[in-house]
Amino acid sequence: MEDSRRRFLKIAGIAALGMGTAPVIDAVAASGGHGAAPHMRKGDDALTAKQWGLVIDTTKLDHEKVEHIIEACHSTHNVPNISAAKVGQKVATRHEIKWIWETHYHNAFTDLRPQYLSEDVEERPFLVLCNHCEEPPCVQACPTQATFKRPDGIVLMDFHRCIGCRFCMAACPYGSRSFNLRDPRPFIEKTNLAFPTRTKGVVEKCNFCAERLAVGQPPACVEASEGAMVFGDLEDPHSEIREVLREHYTIRRKVSLGTGPAVYYII
Amino acid sequence: MNDKGKIIAGIIIFFVVATFPFWFNMFVEKTPAPELVLTAKAQAAKVCVRDTAFMKANHMQLLDEWRDTVVRKAERIYVNAEGKEFNMSLSNTCLDCHSNKAEFCDRCHQYASIEPYCWDCHIDNPKETK
Repeated sequence: MEDSRRRFLKIAGIAALGMGTAPVIDAVAASGGHGAAPHMRKGDDALTAKQWGLVIDTTKLDHEKVEHIIEACHSTHNVPNISAAKVGQKVATRHEIKWIWETHYHNAFTDLRPQYLSEDVEERPFLVLCNHCEEPPCVQACPTQATFKRPDGIVLMDFHRCIGCRFCMAACPYGSRSFNLRDPRPFIEKTNLAFPTRTKGVVEKCNFCAERLAVGQPPACVEASEGAMVFGDLEDPHSEIREVLREHYTIRRKVSLGTGPAVYYII
Repeated sequence: MNDKGKIIAGIIIFFVVATFPFWFNMFVEKTPAPELVLTAKAQAAKVCVRDTAFMKANHMQLLDEWRDTVVRKAERIYVNAEGKEFNMSLSNTCLDCHSNKAEFCDRCHQYASIEPYCWDCHIDNPKETK
C-alpha cells in the first residue's frame, strides 16, 4: 500500500515536470530557425491616408467625359456590361452592375432640391459612386463583416466573405451596391487580367481603387478625369483635396442621414 | 438463443462491408499519383515562395493567409525567410510562373477530388489567354 502511493506520487511528479517543460522546449524549437521568419508588409509605394476623399468638379464634366471616366473604372475592375441588347431591357435594369455611373442632380441630391433649379445644373451629368462614408451603414448591416472600413477610410468589400444576403444594399442610402444575379464573366467585354472578376451571388461596389493605391497610383476615375476629380486625404489640412475644398463651395449627398460621405461635389 | 448463426453471419457481413475500402484498395491497381509539369520559368526559379515540401503540403493555408492579409490588412508584399519579396497575388504571381494551370494545379486537385472555387473569380491564366 505504502509502496504504491509512493510510486503514484513519483509518476505524477515526473508527469507534471514534463508538462511544465513542454512550452519551453517548443519556444526553443521555434526560435532556432535559419534566417528571419517570413513576414508580410505594405509596398514601398503604397499611398496612405486617414480618410481618403474625392472632389468632383461637375462644372468641368460633360456626357462624353463622364462616359470616358465610367469606362476607365469599369474596364479596370472587370465590371460586366449587362446590356439590354443581350438580355432584354427588363432584365438589364434588374441585373445591372455599376461602380460609378451618371445621374441627374435631382436623383443625386434628393434633399437639396430647389423648387426651380438652374437649367445648366439640371442638364449637367453627375457622377455618383460609393461615398466611402465615415459612418458606413453597410458595414453595420453586414452580418459576416465582408464589408469593412479600412484605417485609411476606404469602405472595402472582401468578396471571399460575402454570402450575398444583400443587407448592405438595403442599408446603403446611395444605391452604390450591385448584386451579381448571374455569372458576370460572359458580359465582360475586355477582361483586365490583373484584376479578378466576381462570381454569381456576391455584392460589389467601388473600392476607391485600393489595388491601385497599393502601388502608388491614383484611382482610375481620377486619372481619366483629366483634372475634374481630385483625390486625397481629407484629414490632412495640407493636401490638395483640402486646398480645393477651401477654395470652392461643395455639397455632399444626403448629409442629413449622418453617414459622413467622403465624396464632394463642386456645383 | 437459436439465432447464433444469423448473428455471426450478420457480423461478418457488416465487417466485410465496413472494411470494403481497405481491402478493395489492396487488390485493385492504384491510380498513379499525377505527375506535375513545371514550366520553364518555374524550373529556372528552382524554389517557390517557400520550399517545395512546404508548398506541397501547405499552399492552401499560405494562399488563405495571403488573401486575408491583402484584402483585410492591405499588406501586399510577402518577404520569405531568404528575404526575397513577392506580390501576394494568385493570378499575377503564382500563375506567372505556374502558367500551366491544367497540368500544375488541376491534375493534383482532380486526383485528390478537390474543387477549389478560386477560379470562379480569379482569372486562371494571365499569360496565355491574351
